[in-house]
Amino acid sequence: MFERLTHGAKELQFLARFAEPTGRRRFVQWSGITLGVVALGCSDNNDNNPPDNGVSLGSGDNGILNYAYALEQLEAAFYTMVTASFYANASTDEKNILGDIKAHEVIHRDFLKATLGSAAIADLQVDFSSIDFSSRSSVLGAARAFEDLGVSAYNGAGKLLSNPDYLLVAGKIVSVEARHASAIRAMLQPNTTYFAGDDVVNRDTGLDGANDPASVLATADVYVTTTIDASGLPTT
Amino acid sequence: MPDTTLFGGLDPELTARVLSRREALFRTGKMASVVALASMPVAFGVMAKDAFAQGTLPQPIIDVLNFALTLEYLEDEFYRTALETSSVIPGETQPVFAQISRHESAHVTLLEGALGSSAVAKPSFDFTANGMFDPFNDYTEFLALSQGFEDTGVRAYKGQAANLMSQDALLQIALQIHSVEARHAAEVRRIRGLRGWITGSQNDVPALQPTYAGEDAANGSFTSAAQAEAFDEPLTKEAVLAIATPFIVA
Repeated sequence: MFERLTHGAKELQFLARFAEPTGRRRFVQWSGITLGVVALGCSDNNDNNPPDNGVSLGSGDNGILNYAYALEQLEAAFYTMVTASFYANASTDEKNILGDIKAHEVIHRDFLKATLGSAAIADLQVDFSSIDFSSRSSVLGAARAFEDLGVSAYNGAGKLLSNPDYLLVAGKIVSVEARHASAIRAMLQPNTTYFAGDDVVNRDTGLDGANDPASVLATADVYVTTTIDASGLPTT
Repeated sequence: MPDTTLFGGLDPELTARVLSRREALFRTGKMASVVALASMPVAFGVMAKDAFAQGTLPQPIIDVLNFALTLEYLEDEFYRTALETSSVIPGETQPVFAQISRHESAHVTLLEGALGSSAVAKPSFDFTANGMFDPFNDYTEFLALSQGFEDTGVRAYKGQAANLMSQDALLQIALQIHSVEARHAAEVRRIRGLRGWITGSQNDVPALQPTYAGEDAANGSFTSAAQAEAFDEPLTKEAVLAIATPFIVA
């Protein structure tokens, strides 16, 4: 009963964020404190939620899947914000593209959560206070960064997986992230090389980025309030 | 010495091995093209030590890489032909296709470098598929084939990833190519007025339908159109070769 009530309370808080965009920063801090309480309440039956308001990704393939799940949570939360209140003068085409991407990221998030089952980390608390959701350039700049980061994360994590079925799942997702990255980049600079620009695809090798979890999580850290413990992840 | 910059920061042992390998290739005349030779240090330079530490790759790995190389040969020649010998691509999208072409050429060089003397020879291609298409005179058909090749490439690499699991460095390189093909595919789809992602097995070019077969597979309990878009599906080697074969003369 306690868990169900707190879960409901969390959903209310989540909804409240959209109703009160100007107080977002304060809300993020408040919700972070609340999460600590929830984590405490659940700590008896979920080892992935230590009572220090952080999450541990765990080890092995589950660790890598939790790592992916964390990134998908971040992306889904971002596009949920973007599509809840579009930046000024967003065209119908832009709204459709961003709406599609939001749907994909939510599906990725929910799919990974379902795949992880009881091993899934708790919901992350995000902090998008560095993004101006009323500004096209701020939103699309952040979207580009999230998508490119996601691509490089999956590209770098493939070799860390042991189960070929999970590698295939990661492959099914990463190419869609790359399609997103391309589409966002084309919104920023249409009909140029930017969709697969030299800043992200090496012009001499034709290779996209690949980053290890430590590097990716360090980049993502500014957007995540919850402390993420990645120390158990495989390194080879 | 351009090699000094290209190899900057790399393991000296790896550098020495790459350079000696390049000399060997030069002496045996396997790499006749000056362009290919100039790119060799880059191709080897990005590969981690374990990619060719044992000297000879296992045959199943060679087979996967040669399969990928064949597809890259096809894409590379397709774009170079369009850019260099035709005026089919309008000025507006020239930068896009020049960038795609550059990547495909780099992929060919990279895979040839990884395979060394085990690399398959480049086939002869017929991009009309025996008169079915006219891509170098008809921009609409050029775009349709481009989309088909890119989306097929994405599915082909995805289908082979598991076969490279024993070779971490090669697996990562394959993934790094795979996502570039997906960037290309999304951009070509945009130019064609489509979204960058594949909705189920939907496709507006009947002749390309095998490229999209099975893209509507269910993943978990999610069955909506968005679900089909959210996951790109793999293709088997056989399915990919069946798609490519009409364009391969010999």
